[in-house]
Amino acid sequence: MNKLLSDFSVGESGKIIKVNGEGRVRRRLFDMGVTPQAEVTLRKKAPLGDPMEVTLRGYELTLRKSEAACVEVEIL
Amino acid sequence: MKTFALAGNPNCGKTTLFNALTGSTAHVGNWPGVTVDRREGVYKRGGKGAESIKIVDLPGIYSLSPYTPEEVVSRNYILEGQPDGIINIVDATNLERNLYLTTQLLETDVPVIIALNMMDEVEKSGDKIDAQALEKTLGVPVVEISAVKETGIKNLMERAAALPAERKGFTVLRGAIEKQLEAACAFYEKENCHSPLFHAVKLLEKDEIELERAGSQAVLQISEDEDLEAVIADGRYKFISENLSCVKTKAKRGFLTKSDKADRVLTHRIWAIPIFLAVLFFIFHLTFSENLFFLNGFTQSQAWMPSIVELGLAEKAGGEIVYKNFGVELLAVVYDGTVFSPGVILTNFLNLFLDHISSGVVTLMENAGAAEWATGLVGDGILGGIFSVLGFLPQILTLFLFFSVLEDSGYMSRIAFVLDRIFRRFGLSGRAFMPMIMGFGCSVPAAVNTRTLSDENERTATIRVIPFFSCGAKLPILTAVAGGIVAAFGVGNSDLITYGMYVLGVVAAVICVLLMRNTTLKGETPPFIMELPSYRLPRFKNLMLHLWDKTKHFVKKAFTVIFVSTVIIWLFSHLSFRWGYLPDEQMNESVLASVGMFLQPVFTPLGFGSQLGQFGWVFAVAAITGLVAKENVIATFTTLALCIGAYAGAGTEDGVEELSGLINVITADSGISRGQFIAGLIAFITFNMTTIPCFAACAAARAELPKGKFKYTLLFWLAASCVISSAVYTIGSWWWTLFIWIFVIAVVTALIVLKNTGKFDVLKIFKKNKKED
Repeated sequence: MNKLLSDFSVGESGKIIKVNGEGRVRRRLFDMGVTPQAEVTLRKKAPLGDPMEVTLRGYELTLRKSEAACVEVEIL
Repeated sequence: MKTFALAGNPNCGKTTLFNALTGSTAHVGNWPGVTVDRREGVYKRGGKGAESIKIVDLPGIYSLSPYTPEEVVSRNYILEGQPDGIINIVDATNLERNLYLTTQLLETDVPVIIALNMMDEVEKSGDKIDAQALEKTLGVPVVEISAVKETGIKNLMERAAALPAERKGFTVLRGAIEKQLEAACAFYEKENCHSPLFHAVKLLEKDEIELERAGSQAVLQISEDEDLEAVIADGRYKFISENLSCVKTKAKRGFLTKSDKADRVLTHRIWAIPIFLAVLFFIFHLTFSENLFFLNGFTQSQAWMPSIVELGLAEKAGGEIVYKNFGVELLAVVYDGTVFSPGVILTNFLNLFLDHISSGVVTLMENAGAAEWATGLVGDGILGGIFSVLGFLPQILTLFLFFSVLEDSGYMSRIAFVLDRIFRRFGLSGRAFMPMIMGFGCSVPAAVNTRTLSDENERTATIRVIPFFSCGAKLPILTAVAGGIVAAFGVGNSDLITYGMYVLGVVAAVICVLLMRNTTLKGETPPFIMELPSYRLPRFKNLMLHLWDKTKHFVKKAFTVIFVSTVIIWLFSHLSFRWGYLPDEQMNESVLASVGMFLQPVFTPLGFGSQLGQFGWVFAVAAITGLVAKENVIATFTTLALCIGAYAGAGTEDGVEELSGLINVITADSGISRGQFIAGLIAFITFNMTTIPCFAACAAARAELPKGKFKYTLLFWLAASCVISSAVYTIGSWWWTLFIWIFVIAVVTALIVLKNTGKFDVLKIFKKNKKED
């Protein structure tokens, strides 16, 4: 089942399939290790619901919902 | 001397290693054109005849893409700065992401050595990393070190010094992009370019810098429709994870680390914001409070501690307090009626020291028979000016120390995480919060702190509104004028007025940021894709080096820009038009006073100009002297109140009595109505809060702003303060003008929205008219 990272609920995890978006945001996502094949888990959401914190490649990354909406994930 | 560049991810221990390598030889500057720290130092090798090595610390980066100033600076230095080698620091606890940068560095022709940092932590957690296997895979030396414990550093530097001078670029990308890569490489080799492989890969990523090169577009045609950017990023990580399996063996571990536990509390859904507010409160309390931990009760009526005068250890003589002996004077540094906070104690102590120097110098000069103007110039002008700025130093440094601890411990990025949601509405990111809140303490460290914002427009907008967060030095203006209003008119509550002014400042900041982000500083909200580093205990040595840098910076400024400007203001306020010297009591005949009288009508729309009659120029002069340092505003009032005979006492510390005397004299003289005068006085506070800040803050803002933005920033401050204070004045005097202001704001908003949605552009009409002319 495929899902956007922005639609994840806390604790859910999966494997990244595709990174959409363009330019600066997409490049930055790649540089931070958000690439196809990487496994990602949603750790928590900020107190106001956005941004979110994910575990990826052994570290914690924060990104906004709008940025997470570029990331397609396959739920395992 | 060989030069090595230090490159690595943020939070990988780069600063610690740099400090360990260079010690006291380090010095900090800026990279040309951008406000990114450029740190350099020298590593002295032990052993006879061994040559020292120059170390250039590159900013912490994740990649060499051209999107942030840090990345551009690092990339330019590696490719064009001709370093003899790169020391790539890799955080061994997070190999996967750290090696991503390594794979890019390896594509250049510059020799590389890898420092595998935090090996002690890896061993503690039971993991194993095979450095030799890693060395074989990457083809460059790998040395295990611990920057914190300073182990392995000698070995690292000996191997670095022994690196061969030449290296050929090596890429981990194969297979999928072989054909395109070959074509791109051929292109760069024909151009006779250094590091052709690096450029070639970047070109295939459709890197902006590479695309600008003539003829490079043609190479891309063979791979037109492919998404090479994703293929390349994917290729790098694939290589890393394939090869990591033989390098790293992970031990089993429990689910939650210490850092995770701390994080669960600090970013808790409900408690995160209250905890953060409490932390903030304590920082400000410990830096600025004159009643530590409320030991002396929460309000004036609960106070029970006796002051030094009440204890009989000092006497009040003519407004000045005379201490019995030096011991009592020292006691007054820590305690006088209340216990002071560490920040205040340090300030008092430094000021005690500086006061003794300046009074010593003045006595010396008087004894030597120097003229009155000369002692005045040296004592009040030169020393007074420099010392009043240096006097800020303890509190600025204390505030900085606390914020450095927050930054180094990893809590700062959590705060940004928690608050980003709110700040995004104004087109800023969560990171902009810290400099703004620091502004309540002092605008100088606040402006320096904007360095953590990578987006230039965001940084400019933040620096411009920092003065609106009323700083510690503006508080006396608020309390004195508010106190004066209450004392002279017998209305209102001065605490409430002061509090209201703070709120007004914040509201003004929000409106101005919104306005700028939609007009002159447009641009998408900067992305918020950020690492949340594990919590760590800050290193004492790093904190101290950090503070030392700031101190040097600030003292240098105090003795240059600020020095010159305070002397000039002093001269104008003590010089008559016949080139004669005027003592303090005759300041009303000085050049500065005439300038004030000349400028008085300018302030009429703001409520403290011509309508205040013949003595109204006092306000104009106070506003001008406030440009040097906001403390001057009240000092000017107290001096001038004496000059024009509005106050005959011995002078009070907070200036309330002088102010109320002034208000009474002006009311009697000009016959201005009560309501209008109160509105004018509030507008005066507003003006001081929102206009050009003190010289120290201007100097800091200038250093941190992108090139060419400083003069517009000065204009912005002038315009903002005039508009905001005239709004305050008119609405305060004639309530119905509120509707006019609302109407104006609505029209402006509508025009901006129409312009940004592309429907209608007012500016175009003007342009068209010009052409027709």
